[in-house]
Amino acid sequence: MSRNLIIGTALSSLVLLAALVSFVWTPFDHAAMNIPAKLQTPNGTHWLGTDHFGRDIFSMVMVGARTSIAVALVAVGIGMSIGIPLGLTAAARSGSWLDELIMRGNDLVFAFPSLVIAILITAIFGAGAVNAIIAIGIFNIPVFARITRGAALSLWQREFILAARVSGKGAARISAEHILPNVANLLIVQGTIQFSLGILAEAGLSYVGLGAQPPTPSWGRMLADAQTMVSLAPHLALIPGSAIILTVLGLNLMGDGLRDWLDPKLRVGRT
Amino acid sequence: MIRYTLKRLLSLILSLAVASLVIFFVIEVAPGDPASFMLGLNAQPDTVAALRAELGLDQSQFGRYLSWVTGMMHGDFGTSYTYRTPVAGMISDRLWVSLPLALYALILSTLIAFPAGIYAAARRGKTGDMAVMGATQLGVAVPNFWFAMMLVVIFAINLRWFNAGGFAGWDKGLLAGLHSLTLPAISLALPQAAILARVMRSALLDILGEDFMRTARAKGLSRRQALWRHGLRNAMIPVLTIIGLQFSFLLAGAIIIEQVFYLPGLGRLVFQAISARDLIVVESVVMLLVLAVITVNFLVDLAYALVDPRLRSRT
Amino acid sequence: MSLLDIRNLSLTIAGLPILQDVSLSVAPGEIVAVTGESGSGKSMTALAVMQLLPDLAQTRGTITLDGTNLMEQSETQMCALRGASIGMVFQEPMTALNPVKTIGDQVMETILIHKAMPPAEARQHAQDTLTRVGLPADRFPLSRFPHELSGGQRQRVVIAMAIALRPKLLIADEPTTALDVTTQAQILALLKDLVQDYGMGLLMITHDLAVVADLADKIVVMRHGEVVETGPTQGLIANMQHPYTRMLFAASNHQVVLPPAPAPKPLLQVKSAVRDYRLPRTSLFGAPGHYRAVKDVSFTLNRGERLGLVGESGCGKSTLTRAILGLEPLQGGEILLDGHPVTTAKDADLRRKMQVVFQDPFGSFNPRHRVDRLITEPFYLLEQPPKGTARSDLIAETLTAVGLSSDDARKYIHQFSGGQRQRIAIARALITRPELILFDEAVSALDVSVRAQILDLLVELCEAYSLTYLFISHDLNVVRTITDRVLVMKAGEIVEQGETEAVFSDPQHPYTRSLLAAAPKLPELNMGTVVA
Repeated sequence: MSRNLIIGTALSSLVLLAALVSFVWTPFDHAAMNIPAKLQTPNGTHWLGTDHFGRDIFSMVMVGARTSIAVALVAVGIGMSIGIPLGLTAAARSGSWLDELIMRGNDLVFAFPSLVIAILITAIFGAGAVNAIIAIGIFNIPVFARITRGAALSLWQREFILAARVSGKGAARISAEHILPNVANLLIVQGTIQFSLGILAEAGLSYVGLGAQPPTPSWGRMLADAQTMVSLAPHLALIPGSAIILTVLGLNLMGDGLRDWLDPKLRVGRT
Repeated sequence: MIRYTLKRLLSLILSLAVASLVIFFVIEVAPGDPASFMLGLNAQPDTVAALRAELGLDQSQFGRYLSWVTGMMHGDFGTSYTYRTPVAGMISDRLWVSLPLALYALILSTLIAFPAGIYAAARRGKTGDMAVMGATQLGVAVPNFWFAMMLVVIFAINLRWFNAGGFAGWDKGLLAGLHSLTLPAISLALPQAAILARVMRSALLDILGEDFMRTARAKGLSRRQALWRHGLRNAMIPVLTIIGLQFSFLLAGAIIIEQVFYLPGLGRLVFQAISARDLIVVESVVMLLVLAVITVNFLVDLAYALVDPRLRSRT
Repeated sequence: MSLLDIRNLSLTIAGLPILQDVSLSVAPGEIVAVTGESGSGKSMTALAVMQLLPDLAQTRGTITLDGTNLMEQSETQMCALRGASIGMVFQEPMTALNPVKTIGDQVMETILIHKAMPPAEARQHAQDTLTRVGLPADRFPLSRFPHELSGGQRQRVVIAMAIALRPKLLIADEPTTALDVTTQAQILALLKDLVQDYGMGLLMITHDLAVVADLADKIVVMRHGEVVETGPTQGLIANMQHPYTRMLFAASNHQVVLPPAPAPKPLLQVKSAVRDYRLPRTSLFGAPGHYRAVKDVSFTLNRGERLGLVGESGCGKSTLTRAILGLEPLQGGEILLDGHPVTTAKDADLRRKMQVVFQDPFGSFNPRHRVDRLITEPFYLLEQPPKGTARSDLIAETLTAVGLSSDDARKYIHQFSGGQRQRIAIARALITRPELILFDEAVSALDVSVRAQILDLLVELCEAYSLTYLFISHDLNVVRTITDRVLVMKAGEIVEQGETEAVFSDPQHPYTRSLLAAAPKLPELNMGTVVA
């Protein structure tokens, strides 16, 4: 295993652990206000200090990890569960009207970046974490469809696929048995990248008020709250910001490491 | 080349048509009647009826779609309900902030990414490469709006080189305008530059493994000459794709960054419109953003053909 | 005095030994062929002369060009030598040229990088060079892009770049391996002509002994990074010293004896088959064009018969193969297998009757499955596929039949060599005992010694299972020995068919004659025990 993979996995696991532990324990109630103790810098009682309502920042960051991970995870899930079958279908029927339809549909979704989708959804259904998930998820669909199709297309040209066709196997069975296992690595790597982009997107949406709504804590909104006080109490911005950076960095390093580790060319050695 | 352009142009028009349909009908399926939605719960029935007539809700859906689209083609985006002014005017004012901001950021991002990517590729595996790659890894992970806040603390509040927010306006001169867009553009550009530099590096490294690079070396070109003369233009194909995608991210990102710097751009307009439930403004801004993205992709397609002669002759 | 002199060249890459004590020399006007199987280090020898070795390479010994030790030259000095004093031609003409630059620019670049001259003069020089290699400017203007040329024409451009400054030494690394025989003959003739004309030394790397024997003044035989034998062509062929050299020549000309075919009874009948491809629209609203890859092809393959199908790339033989396998539809005519029409429909009864072995021993298998799963893939066609011990017995029996061991069933494909993989591919084709097997260039990617073993295996299988097969290949020597009857295909049509020996010894169609004439011939061997 490479250094990237170890550091990345460690960082990502740390964030995941914080999110899981927050279900059973946080140092303080993340929503409990304590005005006399407001705007404390990190100290023995409040490890990461307190915000302008005296809430414990460490607890908020822990619970915020929950929101970030949940939104990104479901959004990647939506992207994968719809995008991968679409990509496999387009590749299996490459050149047909169905392929054309799927790919044009992809281009169309790409013309609506996730923020624009979020704006549309929020304008109609109101802001909220669920709408943020849908917005990021929809945008993930063409990403996975495109990458699956691209990799699957080159596999369809390989002789082992021809051999499977000679053995009477249909497109669906070949896609499941031969194509999917051989593109899985690529999709896992892309999954970690989209996951990290999902964390960034969720933070952005929450920051402008289109994501998770109070009282659900989220890193993006903590930053929005911090903005007016940033010169007074920089730790309000530094801490959630660092949480985002470390999470995304961890996921990206893990993706890079996985790419090398899963690449059979690099692992088996060249023949 | 002409045929290729026409084909791309046709696909551009089709995409715009489908996108406008999608936007129109997404707004149409908004829960309940758009007029009562926009006016809120306490509206008087006669005000609702007046707005219905103004919005043309008594016409058929298709008729309304047609008049919306033909209106836009003439530059008529309708009238904002909240501000009682033509949406076109509001948008064009704001566009003169958002679009220059996105372009400024795109130029910055390219200016940073190209040298960094080329440098790293030319020094693959050496310390310089490691340093650039480490920096980009960090750059990719930084949320642009947080980076913007940090820039404000350092350069506006502490060093006082820039204003913490607001826009001087173009009537104060080009430099004043650019000055107030500089911090926002940097915060938008750096994370994108990190991505672009990585793409540039890996595209170049892919090209370095190609047979024709070995041919170039066999002619007597040095490593560096081969990279510049034969590698760069071929590497532009994947890089252009990313630049196209980035423009849409930058435009969307500009909406968020405008919040940090209190810039009077499309972002602030659309958020005000959302809270005021002004669907006409939301609809128009979204359409405009989509138009910009699709147009940029069209330009990228044309740029492909300039770079790659195989595309020019195919159709 | 020799022009190029390699003395005791040793090379390691990342610590792995690649070359050991390689010595050879090339005189002006001399053609020296370095030959050997894959992994012999012949290409690395060429790259060592160019000093274009991979990053982790370490070398010892001397490489002297015209009195200059290339090993002691700085990178800048080498850049001045490459292209000016040493030119190089590579194997893959399709990828050796920069796709985004015109051929004129690419040839001019060689000139301008070494000599300061006005662009117009360089352009004229480039044009003259292209004309010299057979690409006159009236038909091939300098503004052409590589993708507008065929493989043979691109190789001429690569040669033009290499010889534009009349280097003293030309290195050609498998320059014709990717080309058809007729194109190969033209390129070889061009190289020979240039050597005579310019008095260059030519260091030719090739695995093809027929090419070597035709062209070279001197032969260097390599194996595992060492020179095993070297000498003047005629002398070496007449009197081979090293057993490896003898094995190599014998394997290149390997002859087998097929068991007699039974009385003719049709198994596969192809009747006026037509295969059209739709081309992309050339105008926005016009009707899409068509390309007819297979034109009115008819032939019969009898039960127990071994039929060959030869032709150059693009002749339609792969398309025909796919149509016979029921992977692509016909636009006219029909294909009958055992009396039943072959279609693209899912028809297990019909598909069970045929199997295929492909060319690429690396791409023919799903890398994530084990051998037992790989070779039992055709079981999908059986109504009651064998299970449990019946299954494992059949796997063991089939693996043994193709010369592997039953223990190999639990291994992954990357644990096997190219030849072993091709045996596994044959096992997969054999396991359901189909009535017809198609061999699509099945031995073309193999080294000669491995190829000889696979040919022997085919004969054994013919004896044991009385196979019926269609053997598709561009390699005339192989088809001549492994088939009873042969079809010659050109531009989608079958131009000649008949008993293999009759067609080869007395070709009727002019195309067959040109094909046979273009194929380089192996010399008559004088070894006593060559032919089985």
